[in-house]
Amino acid sequence: MIAETGLAALWLAAALALLQLFLAFFGLKGGKPELLPAVRPVAIAQGLLTAVAFALLITLFLRSDMSVLLVATNSHSMKPWLYKFAGTWGNHEGSMLLWVAVMGMAGATVALFERALRRDTHMATLGAQAAISLGFYAFLLFSSNPFARIDPPPPDGQGLNPLLQDPGLAFHPPTLYLGYVGLSVAFSFAVGALLTRAVDAAFARAMRPWVLAAWILLTLGITAGSYWAYYELGWGGWWFWDPVENASLMPWLAATALLHSVTVLATRDGLRAWTVMLAVVAFSMSMVGTFLVRSGILTSVHAFAVDPERGSFILVLLAIYIGGALALFGWRIRTVREGAPFDLVSRETWLVINNLLLSVILGVVLIGTLYPLMTEAFGHKVSVGAPYFDRIAGPLALALMVALAAGPLTRWRRDSARAVARRLLVPAVALVIAALMLAFAPVRMGTLPWLGLVLAIAVGIASLAPLWKRRLLRTPLFTYGMVIAHLGCAVSLAGMACDSAFTVEKLVAARPGDTIRTAGWTLRFVQILPIAGDNWTALQADMQASRNGGAPVTIHPQSRFFAAPPTTTTEAALLTRWNGQLYVVLGEEVEGNRWQMRIWWKPFVTLIWLGGILIALGGALALVGRERRGWLIKWRARRATEA
Amino acid sequence: MKAKHQRLVLALVALMALIGAGLLAVSALKDEAAYFYTPNDVRIKGVAPGKSIRLGGMVVKGSIKRAADGVTIRFDVTDGKATVPATFSGIAPDLFKEGSGVVAEGAFDGSGAFVATNLLAKHDERYMPRELEGMRYDESTHEMKAER
Repeated sequence: MIAETGLAALWLAAALALLQLFLAFFGLKGGKPELLPAVRPVAIAQGLLTAVAFALLITLFLRSDMSVLLVATNSHSMKPWLYKFAGTWGNHEGSMLLWVAVMGMAGATVALFERALRRDTHMATLGAQAAISLGFYAFLLFSSNPFARIDPPPPDGQGLNPLLQDPGLAFHPPTLYLGYVGLSVAFSFAVGALLTRAVDAAFARAMRPWVLAAWILLTLGITAGSYWAYYELGWGGWWFWDPVENASLMPWLAATALLHSVTVLATRDGLRAWTVMLAVVAFSMSMVGTFLVRSGILTSVHAFAVDPERGSFILVLLAIYIGGALALFGWRIRTVREGAPFDLVSRETWLVINNLLLSVILGVVLIGTLYPLMTEAFGHKVSVGAPYFDRIAGPLALALMVALAAGPLTRWRRDSARAVARRLLVPAVALVIAALMLAFAPVRMGTLPWLGLVLAIAVGIASLAPLWKRRLLRTPLFTYGMVIAHLGCAVSLAGMACDSAFTVEKLVAARPGDTIRTAGWTLRFVQILPIAGDNWTALQADMQASRNGGAPVTIHPQSRFFAAPPTTTTEAALLTRWNGQLYVVLGEEVEGNRWQMRIWWKPFVTLIWLGGILIALGGALALVGRERRGWLIKWRARRATEA
Repeated sequence: MKAKHQRLVLALVALMALIGAGLLAVSALKDEAAYFYTPNDVRIKGVAPGKSIRLGGMVVKGSIKRAADGVTIRFDVTDGKATVPATFSGIAPDLFKEGSGVVAEGAFDGSGAFVATNLLAKHDERYMPRELEGMRYDESTHEMKAER
């Protein structure tokens, strides 16, 4: 009965979305913004129904109800409960239901809490949100029903890919999905504003929290995904330019550009058409990402659905929404008035440079990701990999860091070049000193890591400069947010540069009892033992690691075997110190009772993810700061009228 | 900048940036997109030593030899038309074995041997490097053939 109830809830939600679209359409067409109170409860009910449907699917997974096809093909009764729970979205149908549920609840939130928007714009926004939801309801109900039954039910399920059985990964997809869906809300706002001629600062202030929230979640999702790939795949790398990684990076690049341009629109009423265009691009990238991951067009651990019908369905949705939005943009752009002007030397100019560089990186990543798919359509296979992306994205990202350092130190609208140069003096001096010190340091490093490290130091200092000579307690929270997010970029860049410049690698075949020395570490290989976990068995090495004669710490690299489905995974042993990470991978046995081991000492590699967390934290502070200021202004206004 | 023309200037700058992105991508793709080679491509087109590529094919039966250090292996990669000798130092993936598909990342050294820095083999039974999809290894002739 649970599955049938879930399906019924989905159908009902789809019907409500249709009703929501119609009400909004006639409200706008007939010029009746007073219909808004009728649209809002519909959106709220729709959100609740999708939440119910998703909760029911979780229940089915937790109860291991093998009469449901999705549970039977993706779960196993012996799995730990956390992975039964996370398995709900570790497959195609479940993840699409999660998408729809998040979207429904986001729509309900817009209906419930949005107060600043004009009534007609609010209604048009809810209508656009319903239109997007409808496409995904159709996709779920007609080609990816998560509640389909199987008769007769199998005795047990087929299990979940062991690579995905990891606590970090359990929460990685929902984080990214929340981000994708947040961008869909920004898109709906943009459509609503275009339809009702309301592209102005007030609209930007209403849209900004959604863009910020989406961007924070995408940042966290990408950071978590990168760390997962780093420790789970056992290759010691943190970014592989895998198409699936690019699918999450592209919306992030667009959202970063949008976040900065929406700030120009909200504070300075500039870049109006530009911001609307970016909102369209950002959501298009979420759709492209979903298409790449969900259509089965890519072969990787992430691609579950190898079903051409589904791929075509998403492609059609993609064409309708992106094409429709671009057509709407072309048709209505004349109604968007010119924004406020600014001088060549102004913060706006830096933000335009930021937007342009991000767009160019986005374009290059998009072309590199789609090119192999396009050539394959014409019959020959190529692969585009790290050399292509590194060569272009690396230098452009470094140029972006320069804009990041200078932008916050330049005034809005108009500034003098000399004043900007004076404020940049300290970071510039730091740049020169760091460059000289590294040039004469006794290490050999490539040009790009060298530039990266030097810039990271200078940009780190420059990012703190906006706090210079300010009263720290009276500085608004969102200024702290900006400072911390920018500092995070410098920290992350420093980690990347250190990893590629200073990593020491050692490869050995060792006997139990052997001692391995590398990069100041002494590793004693004590023994190797078989062990068993909940649903796996493993060979585990006992090793005692000590650095420069310090107290030894025991670490356990493993080679794990899963029975359902049959797979072997390497579980690297990580030992984190403040100045880096020791990374040990256990390989196979070779003749003479020797075991292969791959050992890395990666100085400051953890800064990469620490930077990512700082960036997200900065975003969170900005979000809280902005919202709090909004409440305070309203509260004071109310008190003034009461008095 | 005069306010009147500002939107025009911005639109032009954006257009130039987009064209720039396209040109950058095309120029880099020209160099790097031929990144995937089969042994036969190597024979016909030639690959400069030191240029990083992906070499894909099947591991020839009986060709895997382990060096005395325990972590270096030598093996031959074939696509049925040509064979390339390769070496790899490191921990080979579990599903790297003779007669199965492999994509090796690395570069040629001066002597014509391929030095792999990374081996991508099948992650699980369902996974196949996408460049090798539709290929099959013929055990009797040690050749790779397109399926059907």
